[in-house]
Amino acid sequence: MARKREQSFRLSRQKIEIVSKFYLSALDITAQQALFGDGEKVANEIRRRIYAELGVTASVGVSWNKIFAKLGSDLKKPDATTVISRENYKEVAWELPAEDLLYVGRSTKRKLFNFGIRTIGDLARFDPSLLKNSLGKNGQTLWYFANGLDDAPVAKASMRGPSIIKSVGNSTTAPRDLESEEDVRLTLYVLCESVASRMRDYGVLASTVQVTFRDKDLLSYQRQMGLASPTCVSGMLFDAAIKLYRDNHLHGKPLRSIGVRATGLSQNWHVQLSYTDEGKQMQKREELEKTIDALRNRFGHQSVKRAVMLSDDSLTGLDPKSDHTIHPVSYFA
Amino acid sequence: MGIEKKYVPVDVSFSIDGEMSPLCIHWEDGRVYQIDKILDKRQAASLKAGGQGMRYTVRIQGQVKYLWYEEPQWFVEAINSN
Repeated sequence: MARKREQSFRLSRQKIEIVSKFYLSALDITAQQALFGDGEKVANEIRRRIYAELGVTASVGVSWNKIFAKLGSDLKKPDATTVISRENYKEVAWELPAEDLLYVGRSTKRKLFNFGIRTIGDLARFDPSLLKNSLGKNGQTLWYFANGLDDAPVAKASMRGPSIIKSVGNSTTAPRDLESEEDVRLTLYVLCESVASRMRDYGVLASTVQVTFRDKDLLSYQRQMGLASPTCVSGMLFDAAIKLYRDNHLHGKPLRSIGVRATGLSQNWHVQLSYTDEGKQMQKREELEKTIDALRNRFGHQSVKRAVMLSDDSLTGLDPKSDHTIHPVSYFA
Repeated sequence: MGIEKKYVPVDVSFSIDGEMSPLCIHWEDGRVYQIDKILDKRQAASLKAGGQGMRYTVRIQGQVKYLWYEEPQWFVEAINSN
């Protein structure tokens, strides 16, 4: 549904920021106003299309900053457009209770209440330095929000996601303690395949592999190493991960959980091509793994797997990629 | 009498580009309704029956009807006689 809703937004290829995957998106339509009319008109058109195409209603807030736009979208529900303009914000927004403002929760509400701040207007008229002293940096941020001074731009949907991702990782707590190197190998394969596949989805390459081991006494540690060249091939990640295991897990205590993380990410469109045999080999392996991704997309995760995975179903039956949930990024991210 | 969402078997032709054109609808009593013309095709919701997908506006025996492709099935808004 969220994907389809975004398609509805693409009527004029605006900048879109997916604030929350399921129900909230922000659009910057500054550049489209000459073409489609003012914010209210565009908002009404978007609502009409969402209703016609998806059969659900939407409430839209229109303003010059994201905070007031969100505030407006909460005002009239479930099927309306609310405009908070520079002319009317003192009447519309300032009358509202402070907790309607983004990032004023139960606890902040109580603190503001202690200052006698009940509405957004009270907050806006309050002394910002006093807010900063008692609530820290967030107090000042709230004051900016309340005065409509938030100037955070709407990020492009495509820019959110890959470019701000700093690492791609998966971890698992094994169904039973991993006693032997064979057990560890199997688990690492599963994790590396998932990490590599997700990296390909994001279009990134990793230059560092980091592993986390936690043994049966719940003692955990991390080790990392660099790769010869940036890669999104699971085999390369695995080679590094198993080397880290062999070099570091010397006491051989059974492991309860393992994590693999790829960091030092770069975009995959600036790749140094190689004439060496290893380079060619790696390109071949990448093609092979992309084919496996495609097969799995079509026929399910378990449709194709390494033969070694058959040796212990309990360890390799998991599909970290599909089970992995990425939560929406915070406003401050 | 009400409107119900009815999934129906549909014969479809695919163009070289993969574009689908429904050709006829098989009704449960065995009748086959030929689609004379596809008048429109757009993403739309069925507000009467509930559901959404690619909506084909088609002409069948002189009447204009809607046919939805709700991946991977096809449905129509049918009159429920109960």
